[in-house]
Amino acid sequence: MTGSSVSFVRFTPCRGACRGTSSWRGSALTAGTIILQSVILSSCSGVQSALDPAGPEASDVATLFHVMLIGGVVIWLGVVGALFHAGRRAREPYSERTAGLVILWCGAIIPVIVLAALLSYAVWLMPNMRPWSSGGEGGLRQIEVSGEQFWWRVRYLDPEGNVLFETANEVVMPVGERVLFVLKSPDVIHSFWIPSLGGKMDMIPGRTNRLALEASKPGTYRGVCAEFCGPSHALMAFSVEALERGEFEAWLSGRQNAASNPGSQGLALFLRHGCNACHAIDGTDARGTIGPNLSAFGARGTVGAGTLPNTEEHIARFIRHPSEIKPQARMPSFGMIPEGDAEEIAAYLKGLK
Amino acid sequence: MKHLLPPEIESLWTLFTAPVVWAAHFVVCYAAVAIYCEKAAVWDVDFGNVRTALGIFTLLALAMIVLSAYLAWRQWGFGAGDPPHDGATDQDRKRFQGFATLLLSGLSFVAVVYVAIPLIFIAGCQQ
Ligand code: HEC
Ligand SMILES: [Cu+2]
Repeated sequence: MTGSSVSFVRFTPCRGACRGTSSWRGSALTAGTIILQSVILSSCSGVQSALDPAGPEASDVATLFHVMLIGGVVIWLGVVGALFHAGRRAREPYSERTAGLVILWCGAIIPVIVLAALLSYAVWLMPNMRPWSSGGEGGLRQIEVSGEQFWWRVRYLDPEGNVLFETANEVVMPVGERVLFVLKSPDVIHSFWIPSLGGKMDMIPGRTNRLALEASKPGTYRGVCAEFCGPSHALMAFSVEALERGEFEAWLSGRQNAASNPGSQGLALFLRHGCNACHAIDGTDARGTIGPNLSAFGARGTVGAGTLPNTEEHIARFIRHPSEIKPQARMPSFGMIPEGDAEEIAAYLKGLK
Repeated sequence: MKHLLPPEIESLWTLFTAPVVWAAHFVVCYAAVAIYCEKAAVWDVDFGNVRTALGIFTLLALAMIVLSAYLAWRQWGFGAGDPPHDGATDQDRKRFQGFATLLLSGLSFVAVVYVAIPLIFIAGCQQ
């Protein structure tokens, strides 16, 4: 892994662990505590944690997890307690009748009740299925997301379902409003998952799945593909930004009028090298639809679907050697174009806001 | 003892009944809801009716299982002797089969209830 990508792996559970090592004292006990703490802390917080919910669906999932965890611990303590009880010295044998009752209750009746309760609770949690859940999907703001090897096509739709504009690898949504994600795939099965906001939903070729999610607090979260879809599956992520209503509206209208810097040298090179066969930049002659739409690319956080931070250097590198960064990425290598051209295009793309 | 079926085959049939009812109930519930959700736009039937119908079907299935459990209990001699019933006698073979049938009925009963639980909570098709 290169230095630059290491510095970008800021979403991994390493955060807590890295912090923990600074207070290392050398004693095995301290080390053990620190490791345990950092594992617990770092896995519970962050931009991509189902245990650090930022929306009602995700809080349901987190609550379900905690209920299961506590229930599991109680049952485990019971079983281990029974084990010690059975293994103690100088014990009187139980009567046949008592033993039968223990088996009947602890082996059949109680498990049946516990499982029925868990099943009911889990089914009840399923969104859109509760009889008393908050209405249907009518009138929700719609964002169409298509999972494609190995990136995300994102289209903002108006209430009639017409496309307002297209972007890629980023989702911006308003806070405090249920948003309907319309999920598709043109190639293989992907799965759309924003752990901080809710459960996952598969994107299946030939089908349209829907998932309504709500962000209850502003912030930046991370979404991932949760269904293996090819060699770069693990490098297929997107950023999610939840904005207050006003900011969101401003973002929407800003995006629809994004700059395209039509006279620039970078755009001329972009067109000369044929990038427009696959990429579109709104307001220019680039209208390709095979790859990600690059309008307002400079305003996005990452290059290559959450793989590298968005810097000119990384864009230029991605242009020249995409499959070195993402194995079998569906963009051909442009290693043959002069480095200066790649840099010029990168500067142009980075300047699009 | 009164028999519903000829005694030579009754014990075997009751052994099968409960799991077969469970399987049939499972298939009917899943197929009915799947077909309904595919045709919901065309049929103009409320999902509530599907739930009620499957609820009644569930009660019938449970009644079948209880009946088979009763026959099994009788075959087991109403618990007159304790398991394991492993003697090489006709009596033990009959009791063993009865006891096995009784346990299978219990399992099937619980399974049918579990299959039906989502009917209480799922209020419609997911588009
Ligand atoms: C054959 C189609 C094709 C051509 C030609 C092509 N690309 Fe791409 N490009 C893609 C695809 C597909 C992706 C998505 C790769 C991925 O992330 O898996 C992509 C991704 C990118 C990205 C990253 C986008 C993002 O949202 O992170 C940039 C930047 C880019 N291409 C620039 C260029 C430039 C500049 C050229 C011309 C030199 C070019 N591409 C030519 C298909 C193409
Ligand atoms: Cu994937």
